[in-house]
Amino acid sequence: MSSRDQILGRVRRALADVPEDKKNHAYDRAVPRDYLREHGDRSTEQTTGLLAENLADYRAHVHRCTAEELPALLARLLAARGARTVLAPPGLPPHWLKAADTNRIADRAASTPHELDEVDSVVTGCAVAVAETGTIVLDGGPDQGRRRITLVPDHHICVVRVPDQVVSSVPQALERLDPARPLTWISGPSATSDIELDRVEGVHGPRTLEVVLVSGV
Amino acid sequence: MSGTFVGMPAFPEAAREAVRNTTLRANLRHATHTIRDKRARAVAELDDWASLREAGKQIKDHTLRNLEHYLLQLEESVTAAGGTVHWAGDADEANRIVTDLVKATGESEVVKVKSMATQEIGLNEALEAEGIHAYETDLAELIVQLGKDRPSHILVPAIHRNRGEIRDIFEKEMGSWGRPAPEGLTDTPAELAEAARLHLREKFLRAKVGISGANFMVAETGTLVVVESEGNGRMCLTLPETLISVVGIEKIVPTWRDLEVFLQTLPRSSTAERMNPYTSTWTGTAREDGPSTFHLVLLDNGRTDTLADEVGRQALRCIRCSACLNVCPVYERAGGHAYGSVYPGPIGAILSPQLRGTQSEIDASLPYASSLCGACYEVCPVAIDIPEVLVHLRERVVQGGEVTRHGTKVTLRPAKGHAAERAAMRAAGWAFGRPAALRTGQRLASGTRRIHPRTLPGPGRAWSATRDLPKVPAEPFRDWWRRTNGGQTEKGGKK
Repeated sequence: MSSRDQILGRVRRALADVPEDKKNHAYDRAVPRDYLREHGDRSTEQTTGLLAENLADYRAHVHRCTAEELPALLARLLAARGARTVLAPPGLPPHWLKAADTNRIADRAASTPHELDEVDSVVTGCAVAVAETGTIVLDGGPDQGRRRITLVPDHHICVVRVPDQVVSSVPQALERLDPARPLTWISGPSATSDIELDRVEGVHGPRTLEVVLVSGV
Repeated sequence: MSGTFVGMPAFPEAAREAVRNTTLRANLRHATHTIRDKRARAVAELDDWASLREAGKQIKDHTLRNLEHYLLQLEESVTAAGGTVHWAGDADEANRIVTDLVKATGESEVVKVKSMATQEIGLNEALEAEGIHAYETDLAELIVQLGKDRPSHILVPAIHRNRGEIRDIFEKEMGSWGRPAPEGLTDTPAELAEAARLHLREKFLRAKVGISGANFMVAETGTLVVVESEGNGRMCLTLPETLISVVGIEKIVPTWRDLEVFLQTLPRSSTAERMNPYTSTWTGTAREDGPSTFHLVLLDNGRTDTLADEVGRQALRCIRCSACLNVCPVYERAGGHAYGSVYPGPIGAILSPQLRGTQSEIDASLPYASSLCGACYEVCPVAIDIPEVLVHLRERVVQGGEVTRHGTKVTLRPAKGHAAERAAMRAAGWAFGRPAALRTGQRLASGTRRIHPRTLPGPGRAWSATRDLPKVPAEPFRDWWRRTNGGQTEKGGKK
């Protein structure tokens, strides 16, 4: 007998006491979902404000600007960092980086992790942002690129289009996301609680996370 | 479970050693108290915590009741998404499968994301025996690995180490594993984190094989979820060409939507954060993004035996948040090592004896490693009634009875060590069934109370060594009741 059949057989025998009507495949009715879809009652602007507040609480640097101001702001952030090279996924709107005085590096399948490690900064969009938790979610879309480009470089600038890409809560975020795509949920820069259970920012992922909330796109 | 902890003394002996270690007690007290208060604040932010907790419990119970259905659904969806599913009945089989998969790649080193399942089966040791080096990449796991130590906490396996000890381990050991610790390393947490970053980076960048566990597997979509903080998980999940995930069969949730419950309750319960820094989800393989080969090893290793126990099966709801460890007065004082398992604390006290059986001294003693105060049940985000299971397992140890081991029903004999307790309970049962005998006995006890010893003689000594014997009242209750007409005629009583 294969291990598969053996395990499935054991599962069946282990549940021999459970009456058939308790084994309910009609899942929709099996679980009470009386928890909230979102916490609190906020206007759109308040939701964006909460996102900014929670991002900052976990040590992300938050900036706000209009669509027209975005290229200048990105140029300023990259210059302040001293970045000479910047990774950009193929679908990033070209004019976003038009004011930046940096070499633009493409997100290519052939790049090695060592090559990515040489890059100073990465600029991406996002799929959705969650206000209650201060989270941005990347889904590998054309303006976000492969998962590793937002991981290996030490400086990540993520542009969130407000208010369209902002939701209040985790349940609302999951509704918008496609599980077939590889997802990365990011809440602040890389951190650890492993030394005396106290949070320290800056381990393996980007140690500096900047989030630009851009309106009027 | 693995042989890592074979030969562990029973919990009371191991704990006696641990509580004498004042550094250990200070480290644990500091860490658990820090996280306790933070967790309470993070949970208080959500008005609907009770509803989320109940939903989490119901989702897991429903999944366990229909586990065969969801395992098959998961196998189908992972396979359809480009993954390969393997089934492992026990630790040896899981280790063999993983070792063969790594060998097939031709690589001799792997990077690992922190995973309880691979700790449980002793995967690192099994790989090492075949000449494959497994590098732990979670900071706390790294501290444990470099210090040739054992994990003592589910979330923070090096919780028993303070910053000074960590600095010493890094300085002494990093050089023999790869890049040495920076010159003049101090014990500030930020510098220690930086040292780990530099040490591990070269390993991440050249890694061809990654090994992980998973926090959740979604049956409907075939999606796996890893919740982490440092980014070491993302490194291991995206940079290598081959990814092997070893996951217990109880980690399934039916639908994508179910994550809306656990992604709210898990971070707040474990690290007391609104959300952990990084959560990765992946479904099979993605084109030109991340590993091109994905293997999922589904692990039983005592889980189906646990599932067969009608009371004990609720332990399989556990999402490994470790909130129960952080509030436990026994854990805080005895530390994780005394539990003799990778699963310490209250959840370990009910999980280990079920996964491994209660034959060994340590496993038979674990259900007693608790004062039954119930704090663990209060904080559990999936409402596992740990005290209920502890009492159930105590009964099993003392009285024996039918259990399932390796898929077969066997009858356990009562444990030898509890003969005196059983005799005392039998005597008590006899007396309570005979009011006249009970009355005579109680009067005799009251009359002789001045000459009662402070400790019990013979086999009772072990019990009274850590407890005060209850004082016998001057007059039995029923005599008092009759004399005072139920307290009515007594001074100060009701008129």
